[in-house]
Amino acid sequence: MKGQAPGCRVHTPASLAGALELLAAEKGVWRPLAGGTDLMVPFAAGKLPFMDFLNLWGLEELRGLEISEDAITLGALSTYSEIRNHSLLQREFPNLVQSAWVTGAIAIQNRGTLGGNLANGSPAADTPPSLLTYGAEVQLQSIAGSRWVPYENFHTGYKQTVMLPEELITRIRIRRPKGNNFHFFRKVGTRKAQAIAKVCVAAYARVEEGRVVEFRLGLGSVAPVPVRARTVELMVEGCVVDTLLIAAARTALMEDIRPIDDIRSTAKYRRTVAANVLGQLLEEMVEHFDRMA
Amino acid sequence: MARLLDVIREELDLTGTKEGCGEGECGACSVFLDGKLVNSCLVPAAQAQGAELRTIEGVADGEQLHGVQAAFLECGGAQCGICTPGMVMAAVDLLRRCPQPDEAQIRDGLAGNLCRCTGYVKIVDSVASAAKRAVAVAEQALQAGAGANP
Repeated sequence: MKGQAPGCRVHTPASLAGALELLAAEKGVWRPLAGGTDLMVPFAAGKLPFMDFLNLWGLEELRGLEISEDAITLGALSTYSEIRNHSLLQREFPNLVQSAWVTGAIAIQNRGTLGGNLANGSPAADTPPSLLTYGAEVQLQSIAGSRWVPYENFHTGYKQTVMLPEELITRIRIRRPKGNNFHFFRKVGTRKAQAIAKVCVAAYARVEEGRVVEFRLGLGSVAPVPVRARTVELMVEGCVVDTLLIAAARTALMEDIRPIDDIRSTAKYRRTVAANVLGQLLEEMVEHFDRMA
Repeated sequence: MARLLDVIREELDLTGTKEGCGEGECGACSVFLDGKLVNSCLVPAAQAQGAELRTIEGVADGEQLHGVQAAFLECGGAQCGICTPGMVMAAVDLLRRCPQPDEAQIRDGLAGNLCRCTGYVKIVDSVASAAKRAVAVAEQALQAGAGANP
């Protein structure tokens, strides 16, 4: 049996408190396991350096979705399918819903979780660019208490995060968009389904009286961590929609991304495609707001 | 940490569920866990504790094939057969969520299932035919019902 590693332990806590107690008591020993869609691949191949798993799947405290006037708070164990099928998320957070649609296929989406996606820390994951556009925050909880971390500060390096060994991701909060806004999401991969992104781009913009007052641009697979393109954001924010300098924004994007050559693509391709997608998104954005005006 | 796939095949001796890639890419190991389509190669068996599991062996009703299985037979939807159990599971799942899919929806529903023989045309035909067959069966049942209760 491929998955049967001798000496491997799985602990299934009865409650979140039980899980946090164990993480605190045996620091660094237990690896949180949510839907398993990422961890089970290297595990079965014998490539995981750890053998003790804390099975979170049954913890009801980490499920569900809370709606308030300003924000939506998702339990860390929210699956891609739950996100994809939620009517309020479809209406207000299309980038997040689209990124859930393009993560693997149905069977993965039924099992993979938002919290797991973040903890796994892949720069090629599909939900991070969308979360960056919605100003997401991540709740980290330990036995000592909880803290909210802006998602843009969550990743500290390739597959590295600010999480302490005794912490779990418990919730993810996104701010509900207000006013006159535009959303854009595009994943570029080898094929439409299953493939991991070569480049992933998400954007959110809000316009007041013809001027862009808020612009957030999130990218995946173009740096060691999912990134916000700050140079482009600063260039676009404050502009009158009809006077956007698209060519200049494309050039500025090169300041914000650090793609590499790897098994899926080349740095050159990623730079070219990221700039092309940005050009397209800005054109669509201008058209969108012109139609609304 | 056993994989659900290994428990199904090696402990329960239900070998209809296949292992293709073992990485969640190919869908050959698809089963229903609490009614949801999953890749059993990616599910730790510990997470199936207390859940309802349905494999390809449980899709037919005794000797009576499921409409999707009958359609695969009729349309030549299987060649070597390795992907077929997973394809059938994904098709059953799709028709449950979307009873009258168009071709794009069928292809989307089967996007997590790889076939290296057919080129997918006969598989897509099979699912389309199963959807039509389900409509015909439902209509017959409706007419029979109407006859019984005038």
